Amino acid sequence: MNNLNLKEIMNKPERLAPGHRMCAGCGATIGVRAVLRALHEGDYAVIGNATGCLEVSTYMYPYTAWEDSYIHNAFENAGATLSGVETAYKALKKKGKIPEDVNYKFITFGGDGGTYDIGFQSLSGAMERNHDMVYVCYDNGAYMNTGIQRSSATPMYADTTTTPVGSQSNGKMQNRKDLAAIIAEHDVPYVAQTTLTTDFKDLHRKSEKAIYTEGACFLNMMAPCPRGWQYDTSEIMKICKLAVDTCYWPLFEVDHGKWILNYEPKKKLPIEDFLREQGRFKHLFKKGNEDLLVQFQQEVDRRWENLLYRCARED
Amino acid sequence: MRTDVNKINEMTPHQELTEGLMMFAGGTSKGFKTGEWRTNTPVFLEEKCKQCLLCAPVCPDCSIPVKDSKRAEFDYDHCKGCGICAKVCPFGAIEMKEGR
Amino acid sequence: MPKKDRMSGNEAVAYAIKQINPDVMPAFPITPSTEIPQMVSSYIANGEVDTEFIPVESEHSSMSAAIGAQAAGARTLTATSSAGLALMWEELLLAASNRMPLALALVNRTLSGPININCDHTDSMGARDTGWIQIYAENNQEVYDNFIQAYPIAEHKDVHLPIMICQDGFITSHAVENIELMDDDVVKEFVGEYEPEEFLLNPGKPMAVGPYAISAYAMEARKNQEIALENSKDVIWQVAKEYEKISGRKYGFFEEYRTKDADYIMLIMGSAAGTAKQAVDELREQGKKVGVLKLRVFRPFPAKEIAAALSRCKAVAIMDRCESYNGNGGPLGSEVTAALFRNKVMIEAVNYIYGLAGRDFTVENVFDIFAQLDDAVTSGTEIEQYQYIGLRK
Repeated sequence: MNNLNLKEIMNKPERLAPGHRMCAGCGATIGVRAVLRALHEGDYAVIGNATGCLEVSTYMYPYTAWEDSYIHNAFENAGATLSGVETAYKALKKKGKIPEDVNYKFITFGGDGGTYDIGFQSLSGAMERNHDMVYVCYDNGAYMNTGIQRSSATPMYADTTTTPVGSQSNGKMQNRKDLAAIIAEHDVPYVAQTTLTTDFKDLHRKSEKAIYTEGACFLNMMAPCPRGWQYDTSEIMKICKLAVDTCYWPLFEVDHGKWILNYEPKKKLPIEDFLREQGRFKHLFKKGNEDLLVQFQQEVDRRWENLLYRCARED
Repeated sequence: MRTDVNKINEMTPHQELTEGLMMFAGGTSKGFKTGEWRTNTPVFLEEKCKQCLLCAPVCPDCSIPVKDSKRAEFDYDHCKGCGICAKVCPFGAIEMKEGR
Repeated sequence: MPKKDRMSGNEAVAYAIKQINPDVMPAFPITPSTEIPQMVSSYIANGEVDTEFIPVESEHSSMSAAIGAQAAGARTLTATSSAGLALMWEELLLAASNRMPLALALVNRTLSGPININCDHTDSMGARDTGWIQIYAENNQEVYDNFIQAYPIAEHKDVHLPIMICQDGFITSHAVENIELMDDDVVKEFVGEYEPEEFLLNPGKPMAVGPYAISAYAMEARKNQEIALENSKDVIWQVAKEYEKISGRKYGFFEEYRTKDADYIMLIMGSAAGTAKQAVDELREQGKKVGVLKLRVFRPFPAKEIAAALSRCKAVAIMDRCESYNGNGGPLGSEVTAALFRNKVMIEAVNYIYGLAGRDFTVENVFDIFAQLDDAVTSGTEIEQYQYIGLRK
């Protein structure tokens, strides 16, 4: 791996231009910038994008925020679309239509709606065929573009517009799907779960590894949404840190089948610390709902133990 | 056939729009000034800054330019005033003030 | 030297693909078009083509990947039928609106339900307003010829639209016929290299495909797309003329068979035109003035030309191998009558629905239809304007 020094990395030219229409404080764009910084200078890229906040905000005609070539096709087919682009690259290289010394990389971005749900088949196909590409899910845990409806990435008990909290409802009834594990089971070369951390080392290293590992790679990047999660825009880095320190969003990678835990908090914080910061969970702190918090904690613990087991059994 | 974004606006006749509304150019969004959305504004206090650069990567709007490992003044044409940078600065070198 | 061979319609398409040697083919199998990707896969396995095959997990992904590959700068195609085309529906629209000149070998099959694997035109007719050029074939020779003309039409700078080359499932796709094949180098020269001016994989020249467009731009974009489809009419003519020079076979928007002095004309698309021609030959021997207008190009719709071709006859039977469920007839029924009205050709125009889901269409059916038209015109018998032929009653 190359230099992970932030001061060096930040000197690279930006590959996502300002002037896009994402909300103030959006986590997705912070993540996208970090992923793109992992591209080596001199390498070209084609960026794919599923329909979603990122797409409608970064390429609103005639304004593209992408310095690289970019293709948005539809909501449910970002995996397939980029697999076509990547295959074209192979075909054109073979025919000598792209110069030998030119190096292209293929990265596609999709929200959890376009990735976990409507685009899941397309993603699964692209991963199974092992195209030389990276699929990055910016997971904000709901369909934010259409107005905060639940997705299969939404955590249990979250208040969304299709799982509203009411006198007979405590929010979403089901647990979230573990997409990183599902993609890892496709036996692709590299899968990682990551988010925004103060030094951006985790995200940078994983992005670089995913981009420069041959074959299909997948990053699941938690990217908080201030509107959907209901917190003050300035608090994003604190929320990401709490997600990691409560073990709600563990940082791990699966490198050629080997599960590796990248971070274990010295002191695992109670899940309340993460939930309390967000309006979508405020009903959990009402009197009489203590058992819901207990259940949430149990689910976090169960998943964390499961992850530790997966990582340990490799030793 | 490269596209000049300045020649496309909401009054452009259909014959002069690009084929399939493709843009034969990169990074044209710089011409759209999202700074107008701002309700709070970060102020850079250069004398307090230690150039740790923790602020630059957290900006969703690429509005903290970095050159030679040093940050420069905010890009107020595009900064939306979310305040993340002010929160992460360990040295109090970014202050939020109300208004634009 | 052109060579004679015996081939099924699917083989003919696959052979044309081999001669063109396109860059990328994503495909998912579906009866009756499955053989096409199978044969291309064999060509690849034996090093006969350079094409990269993508074994996608659905037709939805085959069209999605095709759009990606074409945008990236590769000459791309896919093949499908029936439900496969239906599953692509959203992407068909995108291929056209993103102005991707890719080709689709469609082997026409009905759509569910009930599920049935046989021929009618429900699949392509359902896609008639997606912005694609649609060309239909009567027999295997035409399928082959149409496919070789596909890229020169689609890739023309005034067009840049996707093209669907249609043939009738099983009837031509699986039936073996005599066919004349051109030499590889003649085909290669005719089709030429694909050299797009702009594409995703153009180093130092980034581009962006598929924007969100506000109303201020979206309507203008649609008009531009419509203009491109209109432009394709001239291009289809030019390409047909060039093709005649290398093949000796003449093509246009439609074929007029014994229509010059005809009182009654049957307007029909696809393989059933062969049946209609045979019936016409027999009726001509009895002194009946009948003919066939075999429509080849359905999109763009040659309305003026059709109206002119029908202007001298007394009645037309408009044959739809598709039900529209509009309570008023089939798609050709609607469009041909509109063309006649707009061009002030006031003749009897009867819309027949035939051959759904593989129902046989016979010479006797054609006799019945011409007899009905004659009865209506000469005796003034009122005739049902929209009716099924070959239906058990």
